[in-house]
Amino acid sequence: MKPVAAIVFKDIAIEYKNKEAFSSMVLFGLLVVVVFSFAFEGSDRKALAPGMLWVAYSFAGILGLNRSLSMETDNDCLQGLLLSPMSRGDLYLGKVGGNLAFTMLAELVILPFFVILNNLAFDTSLIWIAGITLLGTLGFVAIGTTLSLISAQTRMKEVMLPVLQIPMTFPVILSAVQATSLVMSGDSSGVAFPLSLLGIFSTVYITASYFVFEYIVEE
Amino acid sequence: MAPETLALDSKEIGKKFGYSYAVRNVSLQVRRGEFVVLFGSNGAGKTTFLKVAATLMRPTSGTLAVEGFDIGSQPEEARRRIGFLSHNTFVYRDLSPLDNLKFFCRLYGVKDSEERLLGILERVDLKARATEPVRAFSRGMQQRVGIARALLHDPSLILLDEPYTGLDARAAQTLNGILDEAVAAGKTVVLTTHDLDQGLRAATRAIILDRGTVVLDSPARGPGIREAYTRYIHQGDGR
Repeated sequence: MKPVAAIVFKDIAIEYKNKEAFSSMVLFGLLVVVVFSFAFEGSDRKALAPGMLWVAYSFAGILGLNRSLSMETDNDCLQGLLLSPMSRGDLYLGKVGGNLAFTMLAELVILPFFVILNNLAFDTSLIWIAGITLLGTLGFVAIGTTLSLISAQTRMKEVMLPVLQIPMTFPVILSAVQATSLVMSGDSSGVAFPLSLLGIFSTVYITASYFVFEYIVEE
Repeated sequence: MAPETLALDSKEIGKKFGYSYAVRNVSLQVRRGEFVVLFGSNGAGKTTFLKVAATLMRPTSGTLAVEGFDIGSQPEEARRRIGFLSHNTFVYRDLSPLDNLKFFCRLYGVKDSEERLLGILERVDLKARATEPVRAFSRGMQQRVGIARALLHDPSLILLDEPYTGLDARAAQTLNGILDEAVAAGKTVVLTTHDLDQGLRAATRAIILDRGTVVLDSPARGPGIREAYTRYIHQGDGR
């Protein structure tokens, strides 16, 4: 697992130096939360808030995936990774680890602002929401990492990623919104179903991507 | 007597893009310690062949082995023995040369002590700037970081795709010195270039590719190299 960890730490080191992905993800996510908070003033916040949160997470996540991709396409660095004696599957896991770290970090900054702007309580439900965020984000970046590589081989890569990513992660986002909604309503008895869907989709995306990654990255 | 293990053994390698072949039925046996230079005009298939050999591209047909390891069934073992340098350096511009080398050491599972890495950077005249971000470097300096990256894991087969592109005279001299040392140490070098004199400088064997096929394979000091070069590359360019 050493090369996998090396890729994760390399991504973190680059992000620590330039802060490009993290700052743009946080800024964009916060803007979405702020705009929606004002747009839905006077509406039933508890009904709308879960969707708002996951729209903010998704848009911020796509920005992060695009940035992570450009880190590897700049100077053809991806080829440098492909030349190393690690398996393509391990390379995929390393990139997923890096993407998951940034996206989770950005989401942890967005979440408190979301709670404040929507007059929600800082209580134990936040721990649940953090757990749902982790599982949902894992599914999101698991397929997003693969799709970002596919979109990199097209001419309109920045446009192509959201076009591919949003429909492919629709079941993940939908399950995450449903789980968040149940937790926020105080009735978490039915949360097991959307959580198991999140778990299933994340597992399927990771397993499938692990095995097909070499066909995607090799010319 | 056991058959000699070849540094590079390609059999009928073909690579097709869409309907056209970039490389067609290239069979090439490179012995250990050879310095082979591949000449060819633009689109002759030099880069494609090297990328297939470096496992960056999947061949459409044929087989290729590096030091006896088939790139299809044992790609990781083959990659461990390959050092690849192209005109793109494959290094992260936001990291310093030292951080880049440490990262690639971890990928290759080789020792990443600072002392060893500074020694490698000294060899490419970059020790004094080991901790500055690569982004601040000139093209030639970035290429020298790329040279250090390619040779970091002490590969036995060095593949170089137009390595002199963007190098100033000093950096080209450094690269030549490193290649001379590598050959003296028994390593195998396969280099592509447009520059006849640069290519023949230390080569033991010269190959000319034209439209994806080998049209000349001769000792580097053999007769007819210059004529063939003129015929296939100067007159053939832009065909």
